[in-house]
Amino acid sequence: MTRTFRMNEVQPRLLDETGQGIIGAPLVRPEGHLKVSGQATYAAEAKVENLAHGVLVRATITKGRVLRVDEAGVRDMPGVLAVHMTDERMIRNPAQGMMGESPVRDGKYIEYLGQPIGVVVADTFEQARDAAQRLKLEYSEEEAEVDPDNASETEWTDKEDYGDIDMAMDKAAHSVDEEYITAAHVAGAMEPHAAIAVWEGDKVTLHGSCQLVQFNVKELADALNIEEENVRILSPYIGGGFGSKLGISNEAVAAAIAAKDLGRPVRVVMSRQQVFDAVLRRTETTQRIRLAAEADGTLLGIEHRDRVSNLPNEGFSEPTNQATHFLYGGANRRYRQETARIHRNPSGSVRAPGEAVGMVALETAMDELAEASGVDPVELRLRNIPETHPETGLPYSARMLAECLKDGASSFGWDQRQSPRARREGDWFTGMGVASAARMNMLLPSEARVILTPTGAIVETDMTDIGTGTYAILGQIAGEMLGLPRELVEVRLGDSSFPKAAGSGGSFGAASSGSSVFLACKAIRDQIADKMGCGGDDLTLSNGLARCGNVEKKLEDLIDSDIVEVAQIKPGDTRKEAFSSGFGAHFAEVAVHAWTGEVRVKRMAGTFAAGRILNERTARSQCWGGMIWGIGTALTEAAEHDPRRGHIITRDFANYHMPAHLDVPQLDVKFLEERDDYANPIQAKGIGELGISGAGAAVTNAIYNACGVRIRKFPAHPDVVLEGLMAFD
Amino acid sequence: MRPFDYTRPENLEVASQALTDGATPIAGGTNLIDLMKLQIMTPEHVVDLTRLPGLSDIDGTPDGGMRIGALVSNSVLAGDPTVRRAYPVLARALLAGASGQIRNKATTGGNLLQRTRCPYFYDTAMPCNKREPNSGCSAQGGIARMCAILGTSPECIAAHPSDMAVAMRALDAQVEIRQTSGETRTLPVGDLYLLPGDNPAKEYALEAGEVITAVILPAPVSGARQTYRKVRDRASYAFALVSVAAVVKMDGDTIESAQLAFGGIGAKPWRDTEVEDVLAGEAPSDELFAKAADVLLRDAWTEESNAFKAPLAKRTLISALRDATGLSGETHFDMGDAA
Amino acid sequence: MDVTLSVNGETHKLDIEPRVTLLDALRDRLGLTGSKKGCDHGQCGACTVLVNGRRVNSCLSLAVMHEDDEITTIEGIGMPDDLARLQQDFVECDGYQCGYCTPGQIVSATAAIEEAKLGWPSYVSPSLADMGELTDEEIAERMSGNLCRCSAYPGIRQAIARAAEAEDKA
Ligand SMILES: Cc1cc2nc3c(=O)[nH]c(=O)nc-3n(C[C@H](O)[C@H](O)[C@H](O)COP(=O)(O)OP(=O)(O)OC[C@H]3O[C@@H](n4cnc5c(N)ncnc54)[C@H](O)[C@@H]3O)c2cc1C
Ligand code: SF4
Ligand code: FES
Ligand code: FES
Repeated sequence: MTRTFRMNEVQPRLLDETGQGIIGAPLVRPEGHLKVSGQATYAAEAKVENLAHGVLVRATITKGRVLRVDEAGVRDMPGVLAVHMTDERMIRNPAQGMMGESPVRDGKYIEYLGQPIGVVVADTFEQARDAAQRLKLEYSEEEAEVDPDNASETEWTDKEDYGDIDMAMDKAAHSVDEEYITAAHVAGAMEPHAAIAVWEGDKVTLHGSCQLVQFNVKELADALNIEEENVRILSPYIGGGFGSKLGISNEAVAAAIAAKDLGRPVRVVMSRQQVFDAVLRRTETTQRIRLAAEADGTLLGIEHRDRVSNLPNEGFSEPTNQATHFLYGGANRRYRQETARIHRNPSGSVRAPGEAVGMVALETAMDELAEASGVDPVELRLRNIPETHPETGLPYSARMLAECLKDGASSFGWDQRQSPRARREGDWFTGMGVASAARMNMLLPSEARVILTPTGAIVETDMTDIGTGTYAILGQIAGEMLGLPRELVEVRLGDSSFPKAAGSGGSFGAASSGSSVFLACKAIRDQIADKMGCGGDDLTLSNGLARCGNVEKKLEDLIDSDIVEVAQIKPGDTRKEAFSSGFGAHFAEVAVHAWTGEVRVKRMAGTFAAGRILNERTARSQCWGGMIWGIGTALTEAAEHDPRRGHIITRDFANYHMPAHLDVPQLDVKFLEERDDYANPIQAKGIGELGISGAGAAVTNAIYNACGVRIRKFPAHPDVVLEGLMAFD
Repeated sequence: MRPFDYTRPENLEVASQALTDGATPIAGGTNLIDLMKLQIMTPEHVVDLTRLPGLSDIDGTPDGGMRIGALVSNSVLAGDPTVRRAYPVLARALLAGASGQIRNKATTGGNLLQRTRCPYFYDTAMPCNKREPNSGCSAQGGIARMCAILGTSPECIAAHPSDMAVAMRALDAQVEIRQTSGETRTLPVGDLYLLPGDNPAKEYALEAGEVITAVILPAPVSGARQTYRKVRDRASYAFALVSVAAVVKMDGDTIESAQLAFGGIGAKPWRDTEVEDVLAGEAPSDELFAKAADVLLRDAWTEESNAFKAPLAKRTLISALRDATGLSGETHFDMGDAA
Repeated sequence: MDVTLSVNGETHKLDIEPRVTLLDALRDRLGLTGSKKGCDHGQCGACTVLVNGRRVNSCLSLAVMHEDDEITTIEGIGMPDDLARLQQDFVECDGYQCGYCTPGQIVSATAAIEEAKLGWPSYVSPSLADMGELTDEEIAERMSGNLCRCSAYPGIRQAIARAAEAEDKA
């Protein structure tokens, strides 16, 4: 039986009372030895007998129909087993996160260049790839628009007004009105999308690379027109996700179709270029921000407009202004979002959808306001922290933005910051920048089973670990609650036959699934307390010993059979009582070359408050990752689309520049002690996306402070900086 | 990748015969395999040169120069004590290229002959005159960020991507080629490369069956300051937007001579002695360097998406010369030393 | 075509097409899936293996070209119950997240430490004659051929610095 708990009221901080003392501790990951020896098995590596290999075929037109497929031309190539083209079940693109149903299935219809339109299967990978490349297709091509700036079809996807921003701009002592452009990005998880499909009768098992297993089961079943009960997904290890594996994707559907037809397991792995072609990208944005402020820099209002793009009928628009709603005060606020409907490859969630690019614009604008008003950028932010949510009036559940800014400023040496172009050594300028971080927090339904055996405990949930540290933290929560060292807790993840978890996405995974494990353990504790003859509150568990008053028993003596509890967390009323978000502050120091516009990040530090930190080591890694993505957004990453065909031209890792080692210095990350009582029963908040939110702007604001060049087009490749530098010549 | 026959000949003789019959040589394979996977190159017969004797040595030449076997890997060459001491610009250029892993495989011959990184050349869905003669040039009007602005033609604006070759051009290297007859000919490295003209598919002045056997460097310019300056879209592991190889000899406060070559901007590793003439005998100054850069760029032809390369090349040259002549106060240059 | 590969000290006879890369031979034919495929074009470093002690991208090499070569993969560096020092340091320093780039980072770093010992300079070495100390920047440049999208770079380099220092002392 599942115990369901709704987060309707603030809960006691039980994890601060328990006796094992491992919660929050920087324990190493339990699966570490497997990862460092290459023995963690990712989707393509499942040991399956008699495997056939499928390679996806890519559409080479932007829009139109497949008229003819020259199957005969490849059918007789050695090893070729099957050619599946224009199958009605093939999906147009990967599902958006939490769709729970099949994405658009277009059959013969093509809506973007690079759309996977079929799969060729052969005995070996080499044979399949060759045949897929040589397959000749004839199309009837249609005109397609690919330019978001001049799209004829646009849609208002957000329109909100509070007060009167035009009036505020008129009244303002200082104002900012600027346009910011951010490039499209890709998730670029190092493991390319991969799937092995194995059928037994009507049932398919998919070894997949899936972030949200319970939704992916539904999506795959729907795409294949089969019952959900007949789909099992296994994703014990995932080589990175960052949003790109939220929804079921083309390779999984293709593998399932081909394997069924062939009566043999089929593996389909996207090539890196196919991942660029077909997997949901982060949209490019054009944002306009207006800030109206009083003489002392206090905001009177904010306007955040943006234009993003997606395919027609694709239900996702980057929530660019997400953090703008609650980060700073000002009574007059306006939001407008336009989504251009164009035939670039579809866009979707990529790490911190919204904040990752929206905050870069907002935090640059704040820096511009600091400059305009003559207020120090840290001080300006402090002055504009609102009492309550500026739009809903809700209090904040726990918010240490001011503390993060102050702590970060003092440990970074912010007081050493000079005016633009003041620090120059040789041909290098040096400067510092700051930005706030904010990423709203979510709690989603999540379920887990915990089994206490006489010798340890087992946690089972279809939750995933995409590198975020789920194996580590769930073991820690269970160990802490049950009084066991973490080595005695086995965590099993990523199997759809386990209780359904929130999955990995939106930074909600750790807190949501962690809460379910916490609740299941709490129920087990109650049973132990019963056996000990005391109330749950009087029970102490540590190192395999149960204690009540002066009675002490070994767990192994206390229980003769396994205790099994299944618990589910659901969001409840607390989210209506307080607004929950993680906060932080980024500081960066950069060097800018006066002649070439090259930028090097010299130092970077982040101070964050994200509720209870469940494992300091893995949490730090999450923040490192986020901050480095910020460096990528600021300096290196751009998915560039062909102006005529719309597809990504920078479609491999040599042309799409994610930061390499040398782009990244050692980074300082610090967490402030915080508990968010309104968030969930473990008082933790999401952290995976907080680190990226605002990070890029700290870097580009530092560029301004170094050399006086204001970056409004991201990334700040050398040519972008150079254009500004030349204005000083 | 298409199926192909693979052979590993015992000697150059046999290799050369196979090549004359239409086979393609493979050395490090880091470019050829890359392109074969995408079916941009589809050889039916691949001849493995890697075990051929006598091509992996670095030796001194009688006139004080150096002979580098075609199979010498980029890492070994960059790590060679003589190269580091006497031809630092070459060591730096090699070290600026690719990654530690790739440099271990990449060979001197293969590096010279690597093909362009124009993204449309790599994208078989798009027309490309170099890949498919007379199909068109997609880079023009497209994303030409990695393309050239000097030496291009209306048929093709691709840049040659090698860093090593840029340094070798600055150093007046010669390429040693074994002809099908068994005879050896040499060619200045600059002449190895053909400009695209109306036939961008023909890139090298090599005949079928010819094998590069070595690169020969003349005796080093002693006491010259050498620098390889590479500007790119990330700090490492990226091809050049612009690079400058500079070998500058000072005579007191004036520039005695400057040998300059450029990457990222030319249809081939670029050198223009008129630029060097502007500098010779003059006292270093930003104005002088700017004047030299203007000469370099007098015939530059840019696309909207790579128009920035003209000012970037200009300023990178100024920066490299400021470093090499000491104007910038930069100490990060190497002193070529013949001893 | 027949080829004999020597991997981690064991000899394997394979009958494969010449177009099979070393990486696919290791992963698909020999079941050694520790070496990862991130890009298949030499652009990420996930497939790094040692050939006669030197690091290379196994995706850009043909298996048939490696007859008589001594190949070392991550499995040969250390398995879960017997990790090498550097692997332990990766665990300690959290030099990974998803783990996909990790074997490549570790194999690459193993060789990079050796290269530094040989005195090979890097592009960022202040002097070509003497590379000086193995600073964080030196390690960063030498490891830039190994991308990590999880961006565990700080931890990766801390681990490498620790292992290199330990080797120095040993
Ligand atoms: C991700 C990545 C990044 C890179 N970054 C850089 C960079 O920043 N800077 C840079 O300069 N380079 C870079 N490179 C390119 C790299 O330097 C080349 O791939 C390498 O130098 C080619 O050498 P190879 O021996 O592997 O050539 P191969 O691939 O073996 O051969 C290349 C060509 O030369 C022919 N060939 C080889 N040897 C001979 C010979 N002796 N005689 C006649 N023909 C021959 C082959 O038939 C083939 O056509 C990069 C490559 C990759 C994959
Ligand atoms: S520039 Fe040359 S290589 Fe590039 S698309 Fe045009 S013809 Fe092809
Ligand atoms: S898989 Fe070989 S370098 Fe990426
Ligand atoms: S650990 Fe995930 S890519 Fe490096």
